[in-house]
Amino acid sequence: MVAAKMDKSPADLLASPSISALMKSLKLKTKQQELLIRVSILCLVYILAFIARLFSVLRYESMIHEFDPYFNYRVTQFLTQKGFYEFWNWFDSESWYPLGRIIGGTLYPGLMVTAALIYWTLRFLRFAVHIREVCVLTAPFFAANTTLVAYFFGKELWDSGAGLVAAELIAICPGYISRSVAGSYDNEGVAIFALLLTFYLFVKAVNTGSLAWALASAFGYFYMVSAWGGYVFIINLIPLYVLVLLITGRYSMRLYVAYNCMYVLGMLLAMQIRFVGFQHVQSGEHMAAMGVFFLMQVFYFLDWVKYLLNDPKKFHTFLRITVTSAVGLGAIALGVGTASGYISPWTGRFYSLLDPTYAKDHIPIIASVSEHQPTAWSSFMFDFHILLLLFPAGLYFCFKRLSDATIFIVMYGLTSMYFAGVMVRLILVATPAVCLISAIAVSATVKNLTQLVRARSKPAPVGSGKGTSSTKALSKGSLDQSQPFQRNGAIVLLAGAFYLLSRYAIHCTWVTSEAYSSPSIVLAARGAHGNRVIFDDYREAYFWLRQNTPPDAKVMSWWDYGYQITAMGNRTVIVDNNTWNNTHIATVGRAMSSYEDEAYEIMRSLDVDYVLVVFGGVTGYSSDDINKFLWMVRIGGGVFPVIKEPDYLVNGEYRVDKGAAPKMLNCLMYKLSYYRFGELTTEYGKPPGYDRARGVEIGNKDIKLQHLEEAFTTSNWIVRIYKVKPPNNRW
Amino acid sequence: MKPIRLDLSLLFLFGFFLCFSSVCSDLVISKLDRRIDLSSHIVRTTTSLKIENNGVDGVSEILLPFPEHQAKNLAFLSVMISEGKGKTKEFSDSLPVDVANPVGMPPALTWYSVTLPKELGKGRSLTLEVKAVFTHILRPFPEKITQADVQLVAFQDSAYYLSPYAVKVQSLTVKLPEPKVESYTKLEKTKFSGSEIKYGPYEDLPQFSYSPIVIHYVSNKPFAVAQELVREIEISHWGNVQVTENYNLVHAGAEIAGEFSRLDYQARPHVRGASAFRNLVANLPPRAHSIYYRDEIGNISTSNVWSDSAQTLLEIEPRYPMFGGWRTSFTIGYGLPLKDFLFWSEGKRYLDITFGCPMSDVVIENLTVKVVLPEGSKDISVSVPFPVKQSQETKISHLDMVGRPVIVLQKTNVVPEHNQYFQVYYRFSNLSLLREPLMLIFGFFLFFFACVVYTHADFTISKSSPSYLAKLQWDEVQTAIQQFESIINRCLTVHDKLEASLRDLSRNGDVQACKAARKAADSLLKELSKELKPLLSFLQSSPQAVQIMPKVEELVSKERELQEKLMLKYSTVVDSYEKKSSGRDIENRVAAVQQKITLLRQEVDDLLEVIDEI
Repeated sequence: MVAAKMDKSPADLLASPSISALMKSLKLKTKQQELLIRVSILCLVYILAFIARLFSVLRYESMIHEFDPYFNYRVTQFLTQKGFYEFWNWFDSESWYPLGRIIGGTLYPGLMVTAALIYWTLRFLRFAVHIREVCVLTAPFFAANTTLVAYFFGKELWDSGAGLVAAELIAICPGYISRSVAGSYDNEGVAIFALLLTFYLFVKAVNTGSLAWALASAFGYFYMVSAWGGYVFIINLIPLYVLVLLITGRYSMRLYVAYNCMYVLGMLLAMQIRFVGFQHVQSGEHMAAMGVFFLMQVFYFLDWVKYLLNDPKKFHTFLRITVTSAVGLGAIALGVGTASGYISPWTGRFYSLLDPTYAKDHIPIIASVSEHQPTAWSSFMFDFHILLLLFPAGLYFCFKRLSDATIFIVMYGLTSMYFAGVMVRLILVATPAVCLISAIAVSATVKNLTQLVRARSKPAPVGSGKGTSSTKALSKGSLDQSQPFQRNGAIVLLAGAFYLLSRYAIHCTWVTSEAYSSPSIVLAARGAHGNRVIFDDYREAYFWLRQNTPPDAKVMSWWDYGYQITAMGNRTVIVDNNTWNNTHIATVGRAMSSYEDEAYEIMRSLDVDYVLVVFGGVTGYSSDDINKFLWMVRIGGGVFPVIKEPDYLVNGEYRVDKGAAPKMLNCLMYKLSYYRFGELTTEYGKPPGYDRARGVEIGNKDIKLQHLEEAFTTSNWIVRIYKVKPPNNRW
Repeated sequence: MKPIRLDLSLLFLFGFFLCFSSVCSDLVISKLDRRIDLSSHIVRTTTSLKIENNGVDGVSEILLPFPEHQAKNLAFLSVMISEGKGKTKEFSDSLPVDVANPVGMPPALTWYSVTLPKELGKGRSLTLEVKAVFTHILRPFPEKITQADVQLVAFQDSAYYLSPYAVKVQSLTVKLPEPKVESYTKLEKTKFSGSEIKYGPYEDLPQFSYSPIVIHYVSNKPFAVAQELVREIEISHWGNVQVTENYNLVHAGAEIAGEFSRLDYQARPHVRGASAFRNLVANLPPRAHSIYYRDEIGNISTSNVWSDSAQTLLEIEPRYPMFGGWRTSFTIGYGLPLKDFLFWSEGKRYLDITFGCPMSDVVIENLTVKVVLPEGSKDISVSVPFPVKQSQETKISHLDMVGRPVIVLQKTNVVPEHNQYFQVYYRFSNLSLLREPLMLIFGFFLFFFACVVYTHADFTISKSSPSYLAKLQWDEVQTAIQQFESIINRCLTVHDKLEASLRDLSRNGDVQACKAARKAADSLLKELSKELKPLLSFLQSSPQAVQIMPKVEELVSKERELQEKLMLKYSTVVDSYEKKSSGRDIENRVAAVQQKITLLRQEVDDLLEVIDEI
């Protein structure tokens, strides 16, 4: 069904002769017909973009997905219940025990405020919706809005045809869907909309030189800053673009107005976000924008001087002096700023973007996240499909018709593609650019081909109308006789293009339904009889925590589950997905990788009441704590040198069976994961204690716990919770 | 194991009672049969008393005392008069029972007085059937057990019926869930067989006889206690009654101590987890639909529904097995057809639906029933068969302006015996039903109207700015061009008509008709060219039209040329017809002109399209 809808608009282009007959009977002029078709296609694309993201709701339920969205959901709930000021001043004592976290000052509030505004608006209009529904549907709603922005952007870059194709491509592009299915209530959901909107408005401002559009783009930028840390991409890409325009001699008053207005107002607005604060003037990542801002002033000044001094010789000397002194001044200012600590140097995250190997050596916590890994070719293919082929073609068309706007999209495309190669999750940022550029390729090609087809077919109805003109058809044919198979060739190519596009639509639908619509909280598998088996162990454990532990209990787990435990279990956690304090995380990593009595000391010092581990040995669930364990060792070892990675490896190999390192077999994580697992037969024909996730029989079956006791294990053993016993009475 | 300590205060009381003697001696219970059902955690006692009046005066009130520890846990009490014996027993409606404070009676007891429908005369007798339901009077002992232990509970009562009247013959039967007893008080005439313990018969006991007994037995029945249950019943006159029930459930039996091992539980759930319960069954009304089962963090997938014409069974399984002391909370919801529950009576509508919770053997400590009536309901009144706390609030739901009236009924200590029908009467006009759709329609209308206003209104701030003026001029040019196009199109249709008449000519040779067509076409074309003139002059004068002007002029000239050629063709054809030339001859003569015409027509069409694009 989705595929059919996707095909709609290319089909419209083909079917227009037959439809136009109908339109003529409706007394619509060609222009109105075109408008009608365009608007209806846009509406369909809008709806399509929304409903294609509802797979997860239909397959599972209306629920929040994954890890970070649970935090966002919890914050949004707080915001809607307590109001904006309480939210702004919220000190959360339920996370990062015993440090706590100042929520209002350490998050991008855009997403939550947006959801809360939608919620309040609907409430005001007397639609009694639950905040959860709003949060679940925020991402699809913004994805649908993104298609509209893509349409206008495409129209601005090329023509309305390209806009339509761009809207369609982005509506179902897996690279975008992966982050915007219903329930994935994360910053990216609204941020991509904001990103594209800012870019569109900026390009529009550059094209028109209008202050109004530049102002709008500044507000778009403000929204983006409030929504996602990825705004750094905008504040670096736009200056880069301006710089390229300056170098290629495309400096104009329009550019000057657009950039200055956008930069100055955008910067002032962005400072209103507490988490960002004065970074625009103090952090190294934002200095490029400021440098370009001053460069623009120098350019403008030079222009004025050039106008005053009619002598080119004098001007050249002046130019040399001014440019040298300006660059020198800038460099000195930057140097002094950096040296005095006023301007902070680039952060590790920024470095890891520019240099893919940086994180692995210096920041294991970034490297440990699977979505921060360099992208494999297969995932490019998976997320872009034919767009990967159309992208270079689109670049060709852009270069062929170079303008301020196309230069922008080319730069956006190239830089974001590089970042997409560095980190898997940044495919998301590249997606709009890839879609737009591919749309230019599709639209330009199809337009050329249809022109060829129509050039021949056009006279036919006129000729047949005459009735007696059988002879004339021949004479007219001689006009295009020069290329004999042109028309047939064009038809074949058109058919090929539609075939490709329809494959794209089918691929996207398949990817969305199979790969990107799983909430990852609830796991589903096919049973032996083809029935659907649901593993709802996470929620089982979190709900048990919520109901059957004291309200002030502190739960220690690896940081991945922190947000979920606070949101669903409503209990205090030691570390969570915010990862702001590496030492604290390393302490937990150290506890997990120590012997039980050493770990007990650490847990006592952290006031831990319960320890939660995720274990996939029974179900064969591979992203469990044993498989993440080496990262805990590395992160722990990064701060506490007592923990050494080689202690857990045998000849550089990570194993859990009999041949495993003795430290591995007796560390806390191993004990907690495999406690009493040795008595369980998991698979027919295998010895008891056979770990299905790693396919080996475990090495230590006789695990005794001294300071902890099993408090709860879920029905499929995926989550195991242990209670930390109070210290023994001395006598 | 420690022997169970008897409640000493009860013994004191017992002695105290003996001081009171001849207050109610007029009445004598001639036969008393008491059954205590301990098969679930809700204790149900059924007592049948045959009462004789040996006094002089008629008696209309009968007193029923309960010791304090029973009275505070008494959830339900009903008294009926039974007539006949064995299978032909018939029961009257339940009699009114009130709390009483009889003078001269021991205050440590709680008294209930039963009002008889008619006085019991001298020497007459009647049989009362007293049914009392107690909650929370079973004490788990020991209070904490491990996963592998069975749950033991202790029950205390008196072997003799506590009565202000003398009892001639009495017996007590205690029914246990399983034939496993840890210990029980052995008195004379005590018999333990199967899962029943019998005390008695005892004869001729004075009033306030008391002989404490304790039974300590195995009970692995679910001790499901809902500490809080909020039932919301929402009526929609579009045909649905939506029931939402929020439970806060706890296993009130012996608490689990030490480890919970999933391995043990999985391997032998009935041994290593005997005291836990896995599921609950809700007995919903027939035709219940859209059933859901969820909690604060989402849907719970472990539930089943069986339905037939008499009932809908919903089996729900909490996320984890409920061990002693563990809690859970969840929500179930279902829709019911309105016509099964809403009726008319004397111009008023009334909802007739059950009060309590649909689950068997669940004790509800605090039950709140909220009946949400549609917006605009008036004259609301409630009738409940037992006393409840009643209040009213409003709830704002979808598309409500003032909110829906909500009747809130609260009751503590609710047992399945309270699952009786209650009624909510109210008036509601059918017209109010249309309010919400009308509001929606009006909202959409407003929206579209605002759009219309927006597209037609001029929001420009500076009306004298050059860009605004240019835009105005451009609009004028555009309308002029549109008119121009329509004129050209009309010319073209005239051409088409002429062509058509020529074709007719070639078919039927009617020269006259053809000439008439020509005349009409001529006058039309003349008119059109007259109309065209002011438009062209306007376009020429307008600075905005400079770009299009060459195209427009080209189009005009082409059109004129086309017209001339057409006329040429026309006159040639008509001439030849008049000269009766052969068809082929005519075609040859026209061929050259025809070719030109087609070409011109093509060019005109193209030009039109180009202008249209602007």
